[in-house]
Parts: sequence; structure tokens; C-alpha cells
Amino acid sequence: MTLLAEAELQSFVLLRLGDRRFAVAAKEIAELVAPSRVFRFPHHTQEIEGVILRRGRIVPVCDVAEKLIERKLTSRRFYLIAQRRYAAQNEWIAIPVSGECELIHAEMTPPSESDAPHVAGWLAHAGDVIEVLNLAALTPGPGAQHRAGSAATPPGALQPQEARR
Amino acid sequence: MRPVLPSKPQPLRSEQIILFRAGGQLFAISSASVQEVRSIDSVTSSGKIVSHPDIPKVQHFVQRGEASLYVVNAAMHFALPPTTPALVFVLRRTRTALLVDGIERMANITRLQALPLSFCHEERDWYRGLTALDQSVIPVIKPEGFLTADELFALDATMLQSGAKDSVGAQSAAADAQLGTMTTLSDSDVDDAPADPPDFASGDNPDPGVPQ
Repeated sequence: MTLLAEAELQSFVLLRLGDRRFAVAAKEIAELVAPSRVFRFPHHTQEIEGVILRRGRIVPVCDVAEKLIERKLTSRRFYLIAQRRYAAQNEWIAIPVSGECELIHAEMTPPSESDAPHVAGWLAHAGDVIEVLNLAALTPGPGAQHRAGSAATPPGALQPQEARR
Repeated sequence: MRPVLPSKPQPLRSEQIILFRAGGQLFAISSASVQEVRSIDSVTSSGKIVSHPDIPKVQHFVQRGEASLYVVNAAMHFALPPTTPALVFVLRRTRTALLVDGIERMANITRLQALPLSFCHEERDWYRGLTALDQSVIPVIKPEGFLTADELFALDATMLQSGAKDSVGAQSAAADAQLGTMTTLSDSDVDDAPADPPDFASGDNPDPGVPQ
């Protein structure tokens, strides 16, 4: 392998959702953890099923299986903790996966115009062609305008801290 | 040569919260946001019935001193299973009183995490943030998030039509004036001293664990 070819290789984490495998750029992955208790409370963001506590942080759990394989996962082996980029900051999200994850080095083919927005590119690996996921397009984030205002928040109240990374 | 003195660690700021249940779900609210805690009887006996087809979560209107308040059923607001509310929180600096199942306990928190940006719908108006308490995660509600300006307008119109014109009109103006004053405060004006704790109405408090 030439130096040029090595330079074009990137690291990806392969994840399994049901029978299919997908990839996420390794630089966007924080860790792989065992499933823990999901805390649920009322909200209207369908893709988010609740939050988990991880290293003192509150991390939303985002099940992307329904979007990618058109059914919910029946069994969860791990949560892949990934960084989700927003305009001004990054936040952790937990993605349930149904099997082991694998770190690989491969060359990514850029997406074509006909690919869905959540496709960041394509990998050829072990005889499979694998979608590289664009988490920013796949998982929910701000878009709608929300009312500002905290007139009734009491003086001296704690200000929420952004969950930055 | 002067010795370098170690900087004094800043004491952790804390905030007192009330943990309460509505529709069976645990929520938290800053105790400084709650002006009074009353039994539901005080609402049903003295309140007027309000009926707006698009706002079923509000069924009562009460006059508390100079303030006119719409009573919001918290379980209905959050689309939770219906339960039998027992208490009413009168929320400061809003025109809202909140029907809740009951108070779980009070606690102090030192950290409030912003609602993750993945939550991107109405819940951003409902919650100030999330807090981790006793290995559990509890949403901390935003007192002003129960009724939008449009909902208040529609409810006021309903009350005007039902003949409570003078009361509602005067109180809307008073409440708007109060909110206007509050929004003009700058950060430097905000007093760090904790606001008065809620007034637990004597004789009406069904929870023996809560001080009266």
C-alpha cells in the first residue's frame, strides 16, 4: 500500500442494526456501553425514547433502527455513545445497537445526489457495501422556532449548563 | 515576596426544588416558582368553570388576591394518564395554577443540565432542564410553559364572553405589566438571595412531610 493510499484511509466504527451493518466515522464515537436504565418523561420528539445517565451526564437515547431498517430493535446489546454536531456545540447521543461493533480502516466513497441525506458516504468492507451515517441528518435537532422567555424563572435560579463536549 | 494564597473555593450554588407527581410521572419545580400550595378543594369551591374546546387542560379560573389564574391540569398538559389531582400550585409571575397529584418531597440541586438539543419540540418550552437526583433523571419544569400567549388570549376571550369582563381585563393588564417589569431586569439586577418559599396553606396541606 502506498503512502498516498494509507493517507486516504479513515477509521470507522461498524455497528449492527438487526441484519444490517452501518458505519459511523470513528472520530464521532465516544464509547460503547452496556444498556442501562432509560429514564422517560413526557416530550414530543418521537425519535428520542428517553435519557440515560452516563459519567454524570444526561444522554438522550435515539433509536435510529426504525428509520434505517424500518423496524424497532427487538434486542439491544449496547449503546453506541456518539457525538452529535449542532450549529454551536456537540452533544452526546446514545444509539442502541443489536450486536458487536468493529473498528475498521477503509476508504470512503462520497455520497451521490440520489442518496438519502443521512448517507455520508459508502464503504466496501468484507464483501459488503456499507452506508456511512451522517448523524446530524439522521437524529433530531433544533429546527422549529421555540418561544424564548424566562420571565417566570425565579431570581437566583440555577442556569442550565450546556452538555458540551 | 508574597506567598500566593490559594484561591478560596466558591461554594456550590444550590436551588431548592419541589418534587411532585402529575399523571403518575415525577417532575421538579423550583420552590421559588411556587407561591402557594393549596388543596384542590379551594379551587373547586371558589373557582369559575372555564370551557374552551381547544384547551381542555384548563377547566377552572380562580381569583387569588389581585391575580386571576387559569388552573392547568398538569397530567393533561403533558398527555399523561388521567389521575385524581389533590393539590394546586399557584405559580409566581405567571397566570397559571397547576393541578398535581401530590408532593413527593423537597430537595436541593446543584446542577441543572440543559435539555439536550435532540429534544426539539414543545418540550423545549416545558422544561428548564434536567437534573440527576438519587441516580434518577427528573425534568425541571418551566413555570411559564403551561399556557402560551395564544392560549391565554383565547381563555381571556372565553371569560369575557362569559361575563367576567372587568375582572379578566383588569387582571390581564396587571399581569402583563408585571411580566413586562420582570423582562426588563438585567442580569446584574437579579438578586441571588432565594425567593420566599412557597406558602403551604394552613389546614389544606394533606402531606404531613411538608412543612406548614
